[in-house]
Amino acid sequence: MQGFNVDTSHFLAGAVLVCSFALLYQARLFALLNVFAVQSMMLALAVGWQAHVQQAGHLYITAALALVMKGMIIPGALRRIVQNMKIHRTIETVVSVNLAMLAGVGLTILSIMVVFPIARMAGGLAREDLAFALTIILIGMLVMITRRNAISQIIGFMSLENGLILAATGAKGMPLVVEVSVASSVLIAFFVFGIFIFRIREHFDSVDVDQLSAKRGDVE
Amino acid sequence: MTSLAFALILIVPVAGMVLLALISSYRIGAWLNVALSATAFAGSCLLFAVPMQTDTFFLVDSFNIYLVALNTLVGFTTSIFSASYIAHELEQETLTRGYLRFYHALYQAMMTAMSFALLSNNLGLMWVGIEVATLSTVVMVGIYRTAQAIEAAWKYFILGSVGIALAFFGTILLYLAAEQVLGEGAAALTWSLLVNDAAKFDPALLSLAFVFLLAGYGTKVGLAPLHAWLPDAHAEGPTPISAVLSGLLLNVALYAVLRIKMIMAGNAGAIPPGPIMMFMGLSSLIFAAIMLYRRRDIKRLFAYSSIEHMGIITFAFGMGGPLANFAGLLHMTMHSLTKSGIFFAVGHIAQAKRTQKLAGITGLAKSHPVLAWSLGIGVIAIAGVPPFGVFTSEFLVVTTTFVRQPILAGLLALGILIAFGALLMRLQQVLFGEPQGPSHKVSASSLPVLLHMGLVLLAGLWLPQILVDWFQQVARLLG
Amino acid sequence: MELIVGLFMQGLQMMLVLLVAPALVGLVRKVHARLLMRRGPSIFQPYRDLLRLTRKEALVAKNASWLFRVAPYLIFSSVWVASALVPTFATGLIFNWLADILAIVALLATARFAMALAGMDVGTSFGGLGSSREMTISSLAEPAMLMIVFTIALVAGTTQLSAIAGFMAHQPVGLRVSLGLALVSLVIVAVAENARIPVDNPATHLELTMIHEAMVLEYSGRHLALIEAAAATKLLLYMSLIICLFFPFGVATAEGALGAQFAGIVIWLVKLSIGALLLAFGETVVAKMRLFRVAEFLGVALVLGLLSMIFLFVLKGL
Repeated sequence: MQGFNVDTSHFLAGAVLVCSFALLYQARLFALLNVFAVQSMMLALAVGWQAHVQQAGHLYITAALALVMKGMIIPGALRRIVQNMKIHRTIETVVSVNLAMLAGVGLTILSIMVVFPIARMAGGLAREDLAFALTIILIGMLVMITRRNAISQIIGFMSLENGLILAATGAKGMPLVVEVSVASSVLIAFFVFGIFIFRIREHFDSVDVDQLSAKRGDVE
Repeated sequence: MTSLAFALILIVPVAGMVLLALISSYRIGAWLNVALSATAFAGSCLLFAVPMQTDTFFLVDSFNIYLVALNTLVGFTTSIFSASYIAHELEQETLTRGYLRFYHALYQAMMTAMSFALLSNNLGLMWVGIEVATLSTVVMVGIYRTAQAIEAAWKYFILGSVGIALAFFGTILLYLAAEQVLGEGAAALTWSLLVNDAAKFDPALLSLAFVFLLAGYGTKVGLAPLHAWLPDAHAEGPTPISAVLSGLLLNVALYAVLRIKMIMAGNAGAIPPGPIMMFMGLSSLIFAAIMLYRRRDIKRLFAYSSIEHMGIITFAFGMGGPLANFAGLLHMTMHSLTKSGIFFAVGHIAQAKRTQKLAGITGLAKSHPVLAWSLGIGVIAIAGVPPFGVFTSEFLVVTTTFVRQPILAGLLALGILIAFGALLMRLQQVLFGEPQGPSHKVSASSLPVLLHMGLVLLAGLWLPQILVDWFQQVARLLG
Repeated sequence: MELIVGLFMQGLQMMLVLLVAPALVGLVRKVHARLLMRRGPSIFQPYRDLLRLTRKEALVAKNASWLFRVAPYLIFSSVWVASALVPTFATGLIFNWLADILAIVALLATARFAMALAGMDVGTSFGGLGSSREMTISSLAEPAMLMIVFTIALVAGTTQLSAIAGFMAHQPVGLRVSLGLALVSLVIVAVAENARIPVDNPATHLELTMIHEAMVLEYSGRHLALIEAAAATKLLLYMSLIICLFFPFGVATAEGALGAQFAGIVIWLVKLSIGALLLAFGETVVAKMRLFRVAEFLGVALVLGLLSMIFLFVLKGL
């Protein structure tokens, strides 16, 4: 049974990782939102499984929050924002998709090599799960770097947070922090980005961050 | 006594924050803000009388006591400055009344969160404190709602959030490393326990944790290449926020890095934190010093100066050893006081001249002598001219580096000289010549600026022995 | 006696593969039509099409070389041999020592090579267009296929298909990430190689969207019949491959009882039908991709294959 538990945790973490790669692949904004929603649902499954294996009741709350907030409400809200503001819906990428995906594979190798020398870890989180979480974080950053649209940068950041939550749930017994991380992600998501997206649209005709940089107060 | 001090520093401001969010009158809000900051300062003075202690969540030792005092002092003087500054902005209608309630509430939230981070023994709670402080400043930076302000706030938000996330991951890794030795639960994140048992942790995990924590908190410190948010946030946010960011938040983030460094130092197998910090510090210094030459906005100029000084401080702490640590601590204090003083002056100057562009600010010596004097003293102080305190600490850093790593000392001195040149050149441009453009009366209290500069001068001329002992004690603690 | 039975079984597999293939294609078309609220042609229509084509005259262009005439036979024989080697209802058949995945990949590559050359042979623009597109796709699909092959081989410890099928069926393999990723990757490669939506539309004759069809535009009569039969057999091959590698339960062994073999045939047919259903459903739901995105799509397959190999190789347990 031990083997099955471990296998399933790895499988679910791997599913979240595959969704990360899928994020790199998307060219359309709505597809990006959908993939993010799927990733959050996979995360909810992974966290729920950890809750079951570790007998940690509070993780169920985290799973439910991931499912509801990040899987349904936030993508829905973002979709409404995109529709209402008529934001241009194809995402221009800085590098081609294939290159980004190869970079993603490179990041996977990097995180595996970095995690490999760790000799042993206490129960709950295996080395492989940590490598997965680290890769998801790095790919989240890659998504943020390779996109020029403010909304896709937010998505990249939230997928980074998904990786963080995955790592945090594996850390058995970490006090409070799982709830804090979820609360902070909700806070960040709604409070700040809501204000900013609306303000950005008010002043600029797009949410293309290249155009945003042109407005820097110190243009050389 | 301890609980009274903690209540004054942490709980009273939180209660006041709720009140501030409800008060709509600006005057009352501003005065309440000042009063709350004064209470916090009083609480931190009380802490000096309290014995050193650690419990599960809080920690009072020689390192953070003086930082809390510094924090609350600068917070107090900034609140005085902010009262008159924002009143003026309201008159000029560059700000609308509606958001100002949140401004004061967020100000208190930020101050409390910083004190909370400084006083906490639990690394997770420290992270929470720094994150709340950062988020409050993000909102406050965007308060002007011009295109540039939005851009600055957006960039700050994105980079700050990534920094927060990376620091959190580092905290998780640290927990994982400590869990094997200290068991699950809060004990594995308690700093005092971690420092004692550091040698037993897995070195690879610890190194990885350090990399992430340095990357995450280093973004908040403004080390190159993670500094991109800093100039914009300083320039586009209201000046009190620039003062607080430069003077306080950078210090608190560096404090977090140093606490982690102390843990790392206990483990021989992990990567040595010193050389990395030295490298980042030195590159920040040189980079910022060169960038100073091309700045056209006065607040950006001083923002890069902040990056430069944080680079020097990080370098000093990276070197380690009693003298370098002493120098670093002294520099932290001096920079905090001087930079916030400069920003006070700059804020009023920008209001008087209605512009922040350097090209539009000239001939201050003729049109606003008091402001000109305060700015002049401030810039001379920050450029490292004796007899101000900044000179003392910079001199100490350079000499101790020269003894141990002569080549780096050369680079260090070069960076400082480059910055010196740029600052003095700009100062001359701003102070002298014929006044151009609008020239308004600014009825502002000069007390905060003069207080800060006075303290810096005092420290340069005669550092009280009690303070020297204190710094030496902490320097020994830092290893 | 055993030799005769063994030969009979192998021969049965070879004939079965050839005979079932058109029915598979017919089933896919039928389900697809039903999903689109049409009645659709009968499942056995492809057989009638093939018979009709063989009775017609094979027109060859005046400037066609010998390659043009030889290619259909070459293609058909390579694909037939390859699909005869993949274990369908039983493992351990008499020629199974030939059934190495790499050999099968090589046979399919030969077929594709011949097809591409034949497309360019007559010198029309459509042929050249089809060949170049086909080669682009396969240049991306081949590495992905090899990654999958390596992954499977690392898991099972051998590249011989019979042994792999046996391993997967009887050893506790468990729910492995690598295998999941390899499955997704193989499905993508299969879709690309068989010219299915979303890579290529098998029912189109528009220039913009043709790949496979463009190459065979010049063929007629018995040549076209051979190529169509080869295409159908290739589809069967890929489905059988996926079944054999990832869902091999119910497969009989060649030494087993006759009843087990018979049950094996039935189970195999059922799995094929499910595969046909899923394929038809997928084709209905998804739209064909722009040609430029096909490269990215196959890049995904490659990346997934790479990932599954990395996970397997480095982590030794995933």
